[in-house]
Amino acid sequence: MTMHRFANPGRFMRFADRALPWTLGAMVLCLGAGLYLGLFVAPPDYQQGESVRIMYVHVPSAWMALFVYTNIALASAASLIWRHPLADLVAKASSPIGAGFTFLALATGSLWGKPMWGTWWVWDARLTSVLVLFFLYLGHMALMNAFDDQARGRKAAAILALVGFVNVPIIKFSVDWWNTLHQPASVLRLDGPTIHSSMLWPLLLMALGFTFYYVTLLFIRVKSDLLAARARALEVAALQAGE
Amino acid sequence: MNAFLAVIGRDLRLALRQRSDVALVVMFFVLTGAMFPLAVGPEPNLLARIAPGVTAVAALLAVLLSLERLFLADYEDGNLELLALAALPLELVALAKVAAHWLTTGLPLVIAAPVIALLYDMPADGLAVTLLALALATPSLSLIGAVGAALTLGARRGGVLIPLLVLPLYVPILIFAVSAIDAELAGLTALPNLLLLAAILAFALPFTPIAAAAALRQALT
Repeated sequence: MTMHRFANPGRFMRFADRALPWTLGAMVLCLGAGLYLGLFVAPPDYQQGESVRIMYVHVPSAWMALFVYTNIALASAASLIWRHPLADLVAKASSPIGAGFTFLALATGSLWGKPMWGTWWVWDARLTSVLVLFFLYLGHMALMNAFDDQARGRKAAAILALVGFVNVPIIKFSVDWWNTLHQPASVLRLDGPTIHSSMLWPLLLMALGFTFYYVTLLFIRVKSDLLAARARALEVAALQAGE
Repeated sequence: MNAFLAVIGRDLRLALRQRSDVALVVMFFVLTGAMFPLAVGPEPNLLARIAPGVTAVAALLAVLLSLERLFLADYEDGNLELLALAALPLELVALAKVAAHWLTTGLPLVIAAPVIALLYDMPADGLAVTLLALALATPSLSLIGAVGAALTLGARRGGVLIPLLVLPLYVPILIFAVSAIDAELAGLTALPNLLLLAAILAFALPFTPIAAAAALRQALT
């Protein structure tokens, strides 16, 4: 399996070094084009006016919040089942990024809610379940750092990530199961998107840009973790040699 | 089955020898419930409105308070390692300890709930649903809490960490328990929300012992 090929940290580092410029370039292109199309080309909404442009940050952030958590759950499963050495690092590196996306989704949603609903916050099912996701990210990070033995913290956090995964489908379907103030899905639907293509394209470009941003950051963070571990090993070896 | 019952019996005996621990949880529950009328004022309409929420939150906090000691004593004195070596699978050990925890925490809370209902002057049909909702909710609280308690064994300041891990997962239980009581008090049927509580319990019962046992194994290696 290709997954196991990258269990070798050296091989992963070489792959990440080669892939980084490409993901970085793709991120800049997608975000640049998406922001231009979203902020200048796309028409204002017939009901919401110009404030609809918050969508081009809000919706991709919310998608990423779920996507990154799903990724953490998959990495945690790989870590617990195959003891894949890089999976722990991926989960550890993803958690703060995912928490950032979740915070961004909540903050932009709040800014969007004020002009549209007349309030910064309502306790409806979608908002509450995303807030719970944010707390799950915080718990994951806290548990990861709560042990003197790092490996133990990673294993505990992996189990927590899998338990917390039950929240992901609840968030996705919260707008269908409960009658909420938050509008139902208009892009990821079984009967196709109900959003016009002039708004759909910038949205998809932004989502792609956010994904490349996540991948780029993930490569950098995992690489720096591996380098830090190597530096620690060298330090220990130097100390032992000096004795 | 004998070993399973033996673990429950052992935990119950330990709890009975330190009866004050059980009484402490119930006292915390009633005292928390008694704080709200002092804080928001004794207006009967307001108290009737917040009674279901206060009962559920007080029960949730009382369970949370008792979670830390669920595995900690056995972990510190080495009993947990012996239990892990026993023929009984660790999943069933975890389930037995959760059952004992519910018998010494959840069940006393259900029995003490009428006191809070009395303080808030809750009607009799509302009380029946409150007891039913708590009886369905507290086992799930113990089951999910056991995962948090097992995960934080050996962590620095594990006691503070447990609420952070467990409270987000308690949110659905809180919502459905309060909705059930609210619906009954409003003259609607509480059945859908009670069924959802039962569904959470049916889901948590087989899966959380697996997660708790995995966490215990991590703690013991």
